[in-house]
Amino acid sequence: MTEATTAAAKPIPVTVLTGYLGAGKTTLLNRILSENHGKKYAVIVNEFGEIGIDNDLIVESDEEIYEMNNGCVCCTVRGDLIRVVEGLMRRPGRFDAIIVETTGLADPVPVAQTFFMDDDVRAKTELDAVVALVDAKHLPLRLKDSREAEDQIAFADVVLLNKTDLVTPEELAKIEATVRAINPSARIHRTERSNIDLTKVLDQGAFSLERALENEPHFLEQDHHDHDHTCGPDCGHDHHHHDHDHHHHDHDHHGHEHHHHDHAPSPIHDVTVQSVSLRGGEMNAERFFPWIQKITQTEGPNILRLKGIIAFKDDPERYVVQGVHMIIEGDHQRAWKDGEKHESRLVFIGRELDREKLERTFKACEAAPAGAAAY
Amino acid sequence: MPTVAPLDLQGHVAGVAFLGDIPFFAESSGLVHRLDHGHKTVEAHEGLLSSIRDEASDTLLTGGEDGKVLRIKADGTVSELANVPRKWISQVAAGPQGAIAYAYGKTAHVRLADGTIKDFAEERTVEGIAFAPKGLRIAVARYNGVSLHWVAMASQPVDLEWKGAHTGVTFSPDGRFVVTSMQENALHGWKLDTKPGAETRHMRMTGYPAKIKSVSWSAKGKWLASSGAPAAIVWPFQAKDGPMGKAPLELGTRANIMVTQVCCHPVEEIAAIGYADGMIMVVRFADSKEVLLRRPGKGAISAMAWNKNGRQLAFGSEAGDCGVVDIAG
Repeated sequence: MTEATTAAAKPIPVTVLTGYLGAGKTTLLNRILSENHGKKYAVIVNEFGEIGIDNDLIVESDEEIYEMNNGCVCCTVRGDLIRVVEGLMRRPGRFDAIIVETTGLADPVPVAQTFFMDDDVRAKTELDAVVALVDAKHLPLRLKDSREAEDQIAFADVVLLNKTDLVTPEELAKIEATVRAINPSARIHRTERSNIDLTKVLDQGAFSLERALENEPHFLEQDHHDHDHTCGPDCGHDHHHHDHDHHHHDHDHHGHEHHHHDHAPSPIHDVTVQSVSLRGGEMNAERFFPWIQKITQTEGPNILRLKGIIAFKDDPERYVVQGVHMIIEGDHQRAWKDGEKHESRLVFIGRELDREKLERTFKACEAAPAGAAAY
Repeated sequence: MPTVAPLDLQGHVAGVAFLGDIPFFAESSGLVHRLDHGHKTVEAHEGLLSSIRDEASDTLLTGGEDGKVLRIKADGTVSELANVPRKWISQVAAGPQGAIAYAYGKTAHVRLADGTIKDFAEERTVEGIAFAPKGLRIAVARYNGVSLHWVAMASQPVDLEWKGAHTGVTFSPDGRFVVTSMQENALHGWKLDTKPGAETRHMRMTGYPAKIKSVSWSAKGKWLASSGAPAAIVWPFQAKDGPMGKAPLELGTRANIMVTQVCCHPVEEIAAIGYADGMIMVVRFADSKEVLLRRPGKGAISAMAWNKNGRQLAFGSEAGDCGVVDIAG
């Protein structure tokens, strides 16, 4: 191949920062830009605002939603990002990664979909992770008055539970349970003044089919109350266990008789997002693919994210899938390890999901003869 | 046999133009190079986003990441026409009577020869500007269509509506048609010379496998050539209703290499076609006859321009390998 194609081979990672006004996005951004990590970032912001750092790679851009002319209501992309990314990528040597800061009220979905639906953007960049900042003090209020705050959490790969110093340990535990109820698969970190080890925010590979689930040992595990995911710098271990109990406690009120361990409609009144976690044995590929296609086609508008690891019968490799609304991607990730249990796990995060139907139809895709015997 | 005089630059070339007989190469870095008794360079912008040749004055207009709109003369002299700190000037256009236009955000600005600046606000981001060939009028591409503004009059704009994102705009040389490129893989056209009160005539030009980044009108505007496919797609505009109901020519077809730039000859009905692998061919419309002008290079062809008599073609690529082809040899 020519030099140009080799040079273009490695796509530039893009991190999307979401979070309600006042949640600490700008503080985090200033940390990213000022800390000595040896990397250069191009930053796309809605307003220069309070970014105090002099960096000629900060680009201001008006959020502009494009609806695609294909009759699909959830097929939206951000036109301004397409333009700015194209401009930035004409001089790629200037930076190592791109950060997109969204406004407090922004819908994260069009931002993410831009990196899947626009051919030019897709050719040169890859979405690394969606990071949501949550103001621990004001989250209950936010959830009451805005759907965006909930969407941002539901859509995130990494949630920074920020301003933890402004709440009591009990409040914090509750807030964390709320976040976990909205999004069971995100990595949660507790922070004060957005202070976090940047390796937990940047270069996450959350949308990479190769890396997505490799870094999440607890992804959909039966007992996955995630102590390891949720340890803030100021968080002692005992204290943590306390939270953990609270977490359980909140959930125990609700639907734990489901053997699939689902995050039921959350105990918090203002939460409308739910998740459905599915677990099964080896799948029949000829049933699974038409099923997932149909689910995403018909339920796409209600699905914010889906992620999963699928074990296909007679397939020596793990298959990973992920999706945003109607967009779905899947690929073989790696060989199953010796002794690793060949099971399929899938989580849907969205609204108005029909849990019973998803469970039943997912099970029907199983290849195991045990499934057939149930008829 | 065509001969190529190469010029190897470092980065992405955003635009090329001939000013007189001097070829100019505008790099995205902001450096503007010219071949005038040797390789000469002007540091024009801190990052260059747009460039276009102003025919009326035979100068180059450029817009940059530094918020500047500049005019560059054939001798390399640079003058500043506008300066809007921290805004990206991604659109520039050249008009009659010394007028130029540029845009950032949701406003198009027209700067008249005397320095007066007129603003034209849109509801959505301005993604393309073009001057009409006659009269001081601009077309502004934006989401869901095009707005036509008379520059001198404070009148309501004419809205040409078509759902979707319009990312660039051009008038046919006779002023009868406006054509936009879209976020979808399509061009959209409007016929402007319909009778008052008559229904708007839309032209949907679809079927492309990729976005259309380059369009070029042939001499006298009889054809509109476009990129976005593994061939140049050339629509007939001779008829009263343009290409409606007609199939386009497909020229310079290659198996799986996309056309990235098209540039019609100033006199003959032929076009230079630049490809993603850096190859350039020139193809005649009448019989699809192809002549190879340049073998594949380091990067996709990103800009091309003919000189006035059409004997020389300047080109640039995304990887910076540029040059001038003399088709007479």
